[in-house]
Amino acid sequence: MKYLDEYRDEALAQALLDRIRRVQKRPWMLMEVCGGQTHSIVRYGVDDLLPKEIELVHGPGCPVCVTPLELIDKAHAIASRSDVIFCSFGDMLRVPGSESDLLTVRSRGADVRVVYSPLECLKIARSHPDRQVVFFAIGFETTAPANAMLVSRARQEGIDNISVLVSHVLVPPALEAILDSPVNRVQGFLGPGHVCAIMGYREYEAISARYKVPIVITGFEPSDLLEGVLMAVTQLEEGRAEVENQYARVVTRDGNGAAQGLVSSVFEVCERKWRGVGPIPQSGYRLREEFENFDAERRFEVGAIDTQEPPVCISGEVLRGIKKPHDCPAFGTDCTPAHPLGATMVSSEGACAAYYLYGRHHKATTKG
Amino acid sequence: MCLGIPGQVVSLEEAGGLRMGKVRFGQILREACLEYVPEVGEGDYVIVHAGFAISRVNEEEAARTYQLLEEMGQLQELDPDDAEVGGSEDTSAGGEPH
Repeated sequence: MKYLDEYRDEALAQALLDRIRRVQKRPWMLMEVCGGQTHSIVRYGVDDLLPKEIELVHGPGCPVCVTPLELIDKAHAIASRSDVIFCSFGDMLRVPGSESDLLTVRSRGADVRVVYSPLECLKIARSHPDRQVVFFAIGFETTAPANAMLVSRARQEGIDNISVLVSHVLVPPALEAILDSPVNRVQGFLGPGHVCAIMGYREYEAISARYKVPIVITGFEPSDLLEGVLMAVTQLEEGRAEVENQYARVVTRDGNGAAQGLVSSVFEVCERKWRGVGPIPQSGYRLREEFENFDAERRFEVGAIDTQEPPVCISGEVLRGIKKPHDCPAFGTDCTPAHPLGATMVSSEGACAAYYLYGRHHKATTKG
Repeated sequence: MCLGIPGQVVSLEEAGGLRMGKVRFGQILREACLEYVPEVGEGDYVIVHAGFAISRVNEEEAARTYQLLEEMGQLQELDPDDAEVGGSEDTSAGGEPH
């Protein structure tokens, strides 16, 4: 497929690897921010191809993983109501709450539907005026325009049997939380390509300057990732710390103005709790007051939910690049994608699940 | 989750007050909302995420990586010393874990 196959070209990857080997003189630790990048790196073994002095650690950019447990429990409580049609992206169906997941909730008789686009909820709501349609609006900045459009259209068309359960998170505050940590080891970032397609990368310029850290906005194909590594390592070897754009075929400095406009008319920035990490100030979106009628948390009284994560789980440290999946005693034994104990095992974009999925069950198969 | 797939816009239409279009991904044809890419027309490539085109693919930039590497390849051939420094032995070990 055009703009996909050519970036999986082996000759291209080999040429980039040669270039990386020439440029790299000292050991460096880089973090790829986005879960999609993590998945691609582990799937194609990009990290194993790199010189052993370049280590990739995996970032917090998996929105499915970081959606807090209490919100998942809330989703299950709402989905279980007989008057509700609960709609979600497919990724959320297997994510375990305290007691079950959405698939199990569905098997008990709840009307849980997978949608490809949030706009499908409009159609469902129109054809079921006697039911409440609730959409689980999760995601990073990439998904916010799609979710904002659903709310905006619902209001415009006067469809009042739609509401959204919002769990939106933002990348830059998470990077700052990682860089602020006294145990941080990350020296450069591969920035999230599709988040920046929407938001541009001006916010990242401020972070790069403040923390003196290179950030290379990077795509998702093996060659994109290798070129991103090359650009970040070149900066580090030359003592530079700038934002560079590897993914210029998709990302511009200012991003998508039309999308940003609608997102900021529907959502406002707020504190959000990240599963495995805890609360991060100004790290997510909630609905603006004028859209509060569409807030599922207001529409449905769910009550206080108390949750506890298993103490053995180290997903918080994995999400911040402090530890790797293998460092966990439960990895691949008590904790598997079928029975995940924590955030990074719940979605294939989580580092633990990606390692498990692609057979990295033993520490010896990766760089330490 | 932030998966975005490149596809080609094959037709434009108005549906439910929204600018929509058919986008071809290889053999698959799907509807996508084009509200956020007002500059896009038939034949353009877009990145689609959750049923929305979020960006137009810039074809000149897409060709850039290839051009760069073609240049690098030529340079390598012209400068055998440099190629040696690059570690031609390493190349064969590229697929092995470290």
